[in-house]
Amino acid sequence: MKLHRLLANIVKLLIFPALALSAAAQAQAVEPGVTVPSFSEALTALKDSPLSQRGRAIERFAQIRHPQTLTVLQALLKGNLFVLKNDGRLVIGETENGGYRLWQADTGDSLAAVESSRLDRINLTNRMRSQLRMSIALLQLKATDPEIRLNAVRDLGKNPDDETLSLLKDQSLRENDAAIQQALQLTFALQDLDSSDRALRLAALEALNRQTSPEALNRLRALTRKDANGGYPEQDAQVLKLAKSALVKIEARLQFYAAAETVFFGLSLGAVLVLAAIGLSITFGVMGVINMAHGELMMLGAYTTYVMQQILPNYLGLALLLSIPLAFIISGLTGIVIERGIIRFLYGRPLETLLATFGVSLFLQQTVRSIFSPLNRSVTAPDWMSGSWQVNEYLSLTWNRLYIFIFCLLVFTLLLQILRRTRLGLEVRAVAQNRNMAKAMGIPVARVDAMTFGLGSGVAGVAGVALSQITNVGPNLGQAYIVDSFMVVVFGGVGNLWGTLVAGFILGIANKVLEPFAGAVLAKILVLVFIILFIQKRPRGLFPQKGRAAEA
Amino acid sequence: MRLKFFANDSESAAIVAVLAAVTLIIPLCNLIFPPGSPLYFSAYSVSLIGKYLTFALLALSLDLVWGYCGILALGQGAFFTLGGYAMGMYLMRQIGTRGVYGDPLLPDFMVFLDWQVLPWYWLGFDYFPFALLMMLAVPALLAFVFGWLAFRSRVTGVYLSIITQALTYALMLAFFRNEMGFGGNNGLTDFKELLGFNLQADSTRIMLLMSSGTALIAAFLACRRLMQSKLGRVVTALRDQESRVRFLGYRVEMFKLWVFVFAAMLAGIAGALYVPQVGIINPGEFSPLNSLEIVVWVAVGGRGTLYGAIIGAILVNYGKTVLTGLLPEIWLFTLGAVFIVVTVMLPDGLMGLWLRKTGRAGL
Repeated sequence: MKLHRLLANIVKLLIFPALALSAAAQAQAVEPGVTVPSFSEALTALKDSPLSQRGRAIERFAQIRHPQTLTVLQALLKGNLFVLKNDGRLVIGETENGGYRLWQADTGDSLAAVESSRLDRINLTNRMRSQLRMSIALLQLKATDPEIRLNAVRDLGKNPDDETLSLLKDQSLRENDAAIQQALQLTFALQDLDSSDRALRLAALEALNRQTSPEALNRLRALTRKDANGGYPEQDAQVLKLAKSALVKIEARLQFYAAAETVFFGLSLGAVLVLAAIGLSITFGVMGVINMAHGELMMLGAYTTYVMQQILPNYLGLALLLSIPLAFIISGLTGIVIERGIIRFLYGRPLETLLATFGVSLFLQQTVRSIFSPLNRSVTAPDWMSGSWQVNEYLSLTWNRLYIFIFCLLVFTLLLQILRRTRLGLEVRAVAQNRNMAKAMGIPVARVDAMTFGLGSGVAGVAGVALSQITNVGPNLGQAYIVDSFMVVVFGGVGNLWGTLVAGFILGIANKVLEPFAGAVLAKILVLVFIILFIQKRPRGLFPQKGRAAEA
Repeated sequence: MRLKFFANDSESAAIVAVLAAVTLIIPLCNLIFPPGSPLYFSAYSVSLIGKYLTFALLALSLDLVWGYCGILALGQGAFFTLGGYAMGMYLMRQIGTRGVYGDPLLPDFMVFLDWQVLPWYWLGFDYFPFALLMMLAVPALLAFVFGWLAFRSRVTGVYLSIITQALTYALMLAFFRNEMGFGGNNGLTDFKELLGFNLQADSTRIMLLMSSGTALIAAFLACRRLMQSKLGRVVTALRDQESRVRFLGYRVEMFKLWVFVFAAMLAGIAGALYVPQVGIINPGEFSPLNSLEIVVWVAVGGRGTLYGAIIGAILVNYGKTVLTGLLPEIWLFTLGAVFIVVTVMLPDGLMGLWLRKTGRAGL
């Protein structure tokens, strides 16, 4: 590769003086392809040629291999190629603050900005524009970035003439990228479908079987559509049959992708629900305490993220990562204060804890409202969280939801391990099963209660960090999730982490499956009604606690 | 006779006396004294006091359910709002051609949504007797279906609280939708007259205050009677020892159900009286926060006493009016503090404190 480039450079160096010498003679009517003009000559021709000759000048310029060729052509197409009025230099300009920011066209060096009155735009006709698009696509075919090549193949494949087709065929021989190869095969198949050779058409249909693009779909639909008389315009029965079967296959694949997308959306909604509910599940299940301030503890986590981003505005990703442990600590400590200050006086009176913690939630809401204003604050997503993962043309998964899904599983696993393997987990489970017996065995029940509540609240804070990435951060953030997260806990069965996980995902998917038919709001209502009815049938949820623990 | 009726219950006698006085004297003050006199009550204050009285009725209904049945219902506001919507629908029909669009058949918001015919569930609301029936029947029916399902399968305690909250939340979401045909986000408003009386007139406001006062006194006496009857005794017993009452052969779920339905009807009446006095009903009334506020009224006054609920509702709402007028920011802090202080330090509310002070046990 390196050797190849070196050789090319040596050749260029040798040829260049010779070309420069004969430049003046060749500048006039030389047929393209006969002699290749130099880069600077061709560039000059772009501005000097009259409009009638400009098309040919562009064609000639496009054939020159030079690092600036593509840039110049793209600028020309966008109307960004100018002549400086004072010295006649060719420049590329982009509007900035009313004037133009300039680069030298032949070297790409940056120049001083000027006002628009000092520039002459190089004008184009529509025919030149389509010619330019083609030339740019051809150049891009040689790019090393597969993304650029793929776009070029798609552009060229739209209405290819014979010349382009043969070019694309050459490309397909040396192309290694699977997605580009797929796009190339699609172009060939669509082209062959129009041919008069029956064997070619059948082969094209075979190839279309493996395609899922909208072009293939539309083409096959058009081919199998009946005309006004109820018959098929397509006379060949074999072709028709193959086309129909290809169409069925493509539609089945599309349905599969649509279903996969619904499941993904459902899982990501479910992940949010699980994150919101899992801390609640711990406090509710282990201590029998209804924490109505749970949503506000999530809100604290979300505001922690916001504050961290204000402190580290240039390191959004770092701020986000740091706010995870910080939110855990802040919400966890708040939770411990709530437990020590209020809830410990109310054990055995679950309905009263509900009211008292609701009072706390109002308090926290108003505090945040007073400090940060009642307006929503937006948290910026770092680069690696924004955008989406394009699986194919029909299936793209947004990164933030994907990360939240993974994050949810991580938090869940961690929590499960804490409860299963640590000393604290053991004590928490003992107290949950039989408070008095645990006390008799010497477990410091009061301390365990405080730690449990702190753990549940800390998880709420962590959930808030995740929420800040998908919704606005405002004083009402918690309220929006409190009913939902209670539903998840109750549906899954109190005191059962696995139940919470399964219930969250089921409810998330159910919501997203219903949404296309019923609309978002009605889907939510239906899910709520379903849970209300479900609780009548199974008052203890999907996975009720069994044995003596259930008696309490 | 009268003294015998209130024997050993001077608090009930006092509250009835005070309510009767309010119902009679405030209208008189409005009529007799000229504006500017310290004893004059403006039309605004009359409506405000009328509103407090409907809230007191609502609190009374929750006290039946929470204080006597032990069901912490977090959806009592739903029944109140449904009663309010029934009244609102009647008032909408009374607007007739005086709406912005002047459509003889359809309310404004339906014309706006380009609807052609009146939905079937709006039929009959032109007639007050039918509307009155619906103010009672709709909350009662919802309470019956919901209660029958919940009590029969023995959903109790926290679970019941949470699903009642989900119920009112679901209703709120539903009523926010324009397709429901109840005016969506904006609800029902721009009312003109009730039974031919102009709603803006002072005399109508006075009439509404008197109706609210009368309804409250009647409901209070009825609840008191009910709770002193055998049914009341059984209900109180099942609040304290549900399984024991069941083993004694009572059908616990039926007792709960009837009290729940009766309370829903009271809440419906309260809502129906509330709407003409404030002039609007919208889905925001369904919000879970509103229902929780009702719980606070009862908790502040002291549950299981009936008059405690009335006193709590009026006190808290008076405080809300004063505080939101002076310092809007302070209100949620105060409400939050009230929630915490009452549950932690005053589980029997102000009346519990009073009863203990006068040497009688609380609940």
